[in-house]
Amino acid sequence: MNQDAKPIIQMNNIEKHFGSVIALSGVSIDVFSGECHCLLGDNGAGKSTFIKTMSGVYKPTHGDILFEGRPMHFANPRKAIEAGIATVHQHLAMIPLMSVSRNFFMGNEPVKKVGPLRLFDHDYANRVTMEEMNKMGIKLRSPDQAVGTLSGGERQTVAIARAVYFGAKLLILDEPTSALGVRQTANVLMTIDKVRKQGIAVVFITHNVRHAFPVGDQFTLLNRGHSMGTFRKSEIDRDSLQTMMAGGEEIRNLEATIQGGNNFKQE
Amino acid sequence: MSDSTQLNPTSDERIKEFSKLRKALIRPELGGIVGTVAVFTFFLIFAYDSGMFNSRGIMNWSIVSSQFVIIAVGACLLMIAGEFDLSVGSMIGFAGMMIAIFSVKLGWPVWLAILLTFVMCISVGALNGFIVIRTGLPSFIVTLAFLFILRGLTIFLPQVIVRKTIIGGVKDVAEGDWLAVLFDGKILTGLFSWLGEEGLIATFERGTRAGQPVVSGIPMLIVWAIVLMLLGHFLLTRTQFGNWIFASGGDAEAARNSGVPVNKVKILMFMFTAFCATVFATCQVMEFGSAGADRGLLKEFEAIIAVVIGGALLTGGYGSVIGAALGALIFGVVQQGLFFANVESSLFRVFLGVILLFAVILNTYIRRIITGER
Repeated sequence: MNQDAKPIIQMNNIEKHFGSVIALSGVSIDVFSGECHCLLGDNGAGKSTFIKTMSGVYKPTHGDILFEGRPMHFANPRKAIEAGIATVHQHLAMIPLMSVSRNFFMGNEPVKKVGPLRLFDHDYANRVTMEEMNKMGIKLRSPDQAVGTLSGGERQTVAIARAVYFGAKLLILDEPTSALGVRQTANVLMTIDKVRKQGIAVVFITHNVRHAFPVGDQFTLLNRGHSMGTFRKSEIDRDSLQTMMAGGEEIRNLEATIQGGNNFKQE
Repeated sequence: MSDSTQLNPTSDERIKEFSKLRKALIRPELGGIVGTVAVFTFFLIFAYDSGMFNSRGIMNWSIVSSQFVIIAVGACLLMIAGEFDLSVGSMIGFAGMMIAIFSVKLGWPVWLAILLTFVMCISVGALNGFIVIRTGLPSFIVTLAFLFILRGLTIFLPQVIVRKTIIGGVKDVAEGDWLAVLFDGKILTGLFSWLGEEGLIATFERGTRAGQPVVSGIPMLIVWAIVLMLLGHFLLTRTQFGNWIFASGGDAEAARNSGVPVNKVKILMFMFTAFCATVFATCQVMEFGSAGADRGLLKEFEAIIAVVIGGALLTGGYGSVIGAALGALIFGVVQQGLFFANVESSLFRVFLGVILLFAVILNTYIRRIITGER
């Protein structure tokens, strides 16, 4: 796709050790703006450690990170957020009892100064929230609607829209679809597609190839802290990815052994 | 390039539009409004002739309600921020005692006594908050400890100093003090004299004050209650800080992830609650002219009940200052109304328990509507 373009973030040979445990042993990826880079792997493969290194939570033991061509040394995650690296966590930073617009601007409230007072500019917040949610294809009854009334997929979308609105250049999505049903997953995937088309780089972490494949431009497979390679979509098909995934082979063996559904009464 | 099936995310046939009634139910003040109307209707019918609604009667329950409002505003903001303060009642006793000791026993100017007491009590509030944040213990436990610590000190100190548990004589030393007036004075006295002269409100018929109105003005206590209520409501609903209060109580971790200074918010709310308790105590000491070791007993629970009747959730993140003030008004009117209606006053506690239970059940139901839980 944009083979000539420069990657927005380059993770070179990242190693991360926790005491005697080697969580990552030399993983490299390049993420490009306007692309969705899927990070696939089973539990314990090192996906979380890898993205936490990317978002400034952990410092790599070895290896270097170039963000927009420059070496990146973030003192803390807040600095990374300011630079444009936003993470949408599996467990969302959303408060169910608060309205969508109050959530959308939580921590970044639009302020209207009246003398020494810092007033929350509700009109502005409501208008922007409605606009941004519309762009993502979610029609709110009203910006006062509590986040608790939204579905899991819609909440993910609010979180993504918020990150995009506040200037994310690189959006890291940590298992955004793992707790969702089929239909809601489809909605979140469409949101990812919209974000990518705005020229934002997306890193999509999942253990589900069927979720990753439709939106992914590149796929990196992690297994027990090692990279099993990075593939462009044109270079690989869904089944090969599935097979390469940690456990792909095992699950097939498991299917053969258990033979679920056929003869479960058999001793 | 998405090859997922094109779904329309905007329509979900399973979501019904909320009815107007349900929308109204979601306002946290609803319980307070309904309760206020019900209580006034009840007493207008059953106690109209008892003097409850003449100028003196109105002033009577307004003062009691205002006392509740002052502590309820603090408790409300703190509860929305996700914490409790059970030391409010003890702090009222402690603050009053400190003012009396400083001014009467040590002979310091009353304004200095009041200011020092405010500083001390707000510091204790900050300490409460600091311990809660630092240890991660529930505020219930931490402030329960301070309930006993402060009450113990309030009984101990005057016994050591004057061998009594009551210190009087505050009125004499507070005479003419510029700061004491803020807690003890009355406003609109001119208006009330005029109303008296015009025969619109009752006046004394005999004695040295004949011709003067029975109610000579609005006590500062009521002014404090109204100002604190409006300030609290404004802070909560209209400011950036208000959003932080909701966020801190709704989900502290999520709020932190979004950059809300949760610890600062919570500690400030503990300090504000202490401030409100001290305002209450100062007004009380100035009115009675004395400080007693048993002042403020059970006030922490009354404040919390008023807040809950006002629609706040015990779990934090949701509530209304106006609702809490209405809860306090219901309290004051019922407590004094039972007296006017010649009902045994111990029944007030029965009423409290019953209404608390109803309020909590209603709030839980409302919470389910908001969050869509089943």
